[in-house]
Amino acid sequence: MSRVVILGAGISGHTAARYLSKWIGKKHEVVVVSPNAKWNWIPSNIWVGVGDMTEEEVTFDLKQVYDKAGITFHQAKGISIHPEGNADNESPHVTVEFTDEARAGQADTLTYDYLINATGPKLNFNATEGLGPDNGHTVSVCTAKHALEANEKLQEQIEAMKKGAERTFVIGTGHGMCTCQGAAFEYTYNVDHALREAGVRDKARIIWISNEYELGDFGMGGVHIKRGGYVTNAKTFTESLMVERDIEWITRAHVNKIEPGKIHYELLDGSMGELDFDFSMLIPPFAGVGLKAFDKKDEDITANLFAPNGFLKVDGDYTPRPYEEWSAEDWPRTYQNPIYKNLFAIGIAFAPPHPISKPMKSTNGTPISPTPPRTGMPSAAMGLNVAKSIRDMLNGAESPTHHASMTEMGAACMASTGSHIFRGSAVTMTVYPVVPDFVKYPAYGRDLSLTTGEVGLAGHWMKYVLHYTFMYQSKMKPGWSYMPD
Amino acid sequence: MPKATNREPYQQSYYPPTPTGFTRYMRNSLPWQLFRFFMINLKVLKLMLKSQH
Repeated sequence: MSRVVILGAGISGHTAARYLSKWIGKKHEVVVVSPNAKWNWIPSNIWVGVGDMTEEEVTFDLKQVYDKAGITFHQAKGISIHPEGNADNESPHVTVEFTDEARAGQADTLTYDYLINATGPKLNFNATEGLGPDNGHTVSVCTAKHALEANEKLQEQIEAMKKGAERTFVIGTGHGMCTCQGAAFEYTYNVDHALREAGVRDKARIIWISNEYELGDFGMGGVHIKRGGYVTNAKTFTESLMVERDIEWITRAHVNKIEPGKIHYELLDGSMGELDFDFSMLIPPFAGVGLKAFDKKDEDITANLFAPNGFLKVDGDYTPRPYEEWSAEDWPRTYQNPIYKNLFAIGIAFAPPHPISKPMKSTNGTPISPTPPRTGMPSAAMGLNVAKSIRDMLNGAESPTHHASMTEMGAACMASTGSHIFRGSAVTMTVYPVVPDFVKYPAYGRDLSLTTGEVGLAGHWMKYVLHYTFMYQSKMKPGWSYMPD
Repeated sequence: MPKATNREPYQQSYYPPTPTGFTRYMRNSLPWQLFRFFMINLKVLKLMLKSQH
């Protein structure tokens, strides 16, 4: 019997765990290690952040689901990887530290035959002074708990505005090297919608601030779509949405310091700015979770296995090249580590070979450009395809049998507002592929029949359908494996 | 202060396209949105299938 250990139970790790338990769970052991007791459908945190959903509606207890599926679950965080074993334990293993109340702080060792690193990101609020809900002055929607706090503060502002106060809302990215602009973008529209529903929109100034070169970049270098008889850019599409909702914007910005009520930022042209605010939700930059790696002599090999940002290197081409020479071929296909063939990394945990958006630096030398997004649909596709490969390798295949490069997979983003089925709206964007391939699609890098953007109720309904479908599927309820990932 | 009778053109909000009344109506038209719902579903399904290799 072999053991597959999965570090992390986010979208990618949980997807891999579900399918591995279905395919190999009777003959082999599937072990999931996650510091969180609950699974969170992160895309719906946006609705929690404006009070349209509760924490219970976007989370569930992992242990209950895993117990039913025959998956071993440890509520713990990964500390180190020992892919060659060591003097104490000859087998490849990971060390973990428990986070549940009963065993908090205790360490253990888990041997593995295959290891999937799906640890997701460390929310690096410390990268910007004053950023974040714990030690800073801004709120976040990155976790369900953060989103609850965000909604509490939003409701306080709404109450003050109902009494006649005027308020400034600043939403966007909290550092020059952030990704996940889409989540902040969706939250902006939800706040706008919540203020309109409360009848206080006229008392609010809403400002979008981000590290994108232009609006609609979303860390993907922008996208082109067909609209109104033209091929246009998401910049035009997104600016139109902002103007329609009376939202101002500041782009090319690196937020470098936040004081109570004041955001300091630097622009690409080197100039510095300040922005007063009453409520601010800024996404933090992401980093690896800080896993260490050691060889059999217990010498630190972290720098060999991980990129400097803490993400695990896989089968991508990490040779530094100028932007003009980047290509689809650089991106990983199987997510297998090139040194240790039984080690994989998926979701946000794998190291991208380079950004998608063109890297930019201010005249002061500050990098101000988005890092690559790895959202729900690509993360699930990676989890599913790595699970297929490990299943086949356990059955005798010598190398991974499936691939899921971000240059050959799509993504859908529904920025939906409101909880009423007929009064909500949504901006729906689909992109294929996520990473542009200018060899295959020379004009725009993407398939324009699958790269689209539209506004309307349909996307709002779609977002609801996706929420309840994925919650059902993730709880591994009857028929889950027949539903598309 | 005299009442403004002209609009400042060179502002952020001056340039982007804004939806016409017809566009706004279609965004909430139930028959049209039901059709778009069907089409978006098809598109997302196609995206998912094209992401499996």
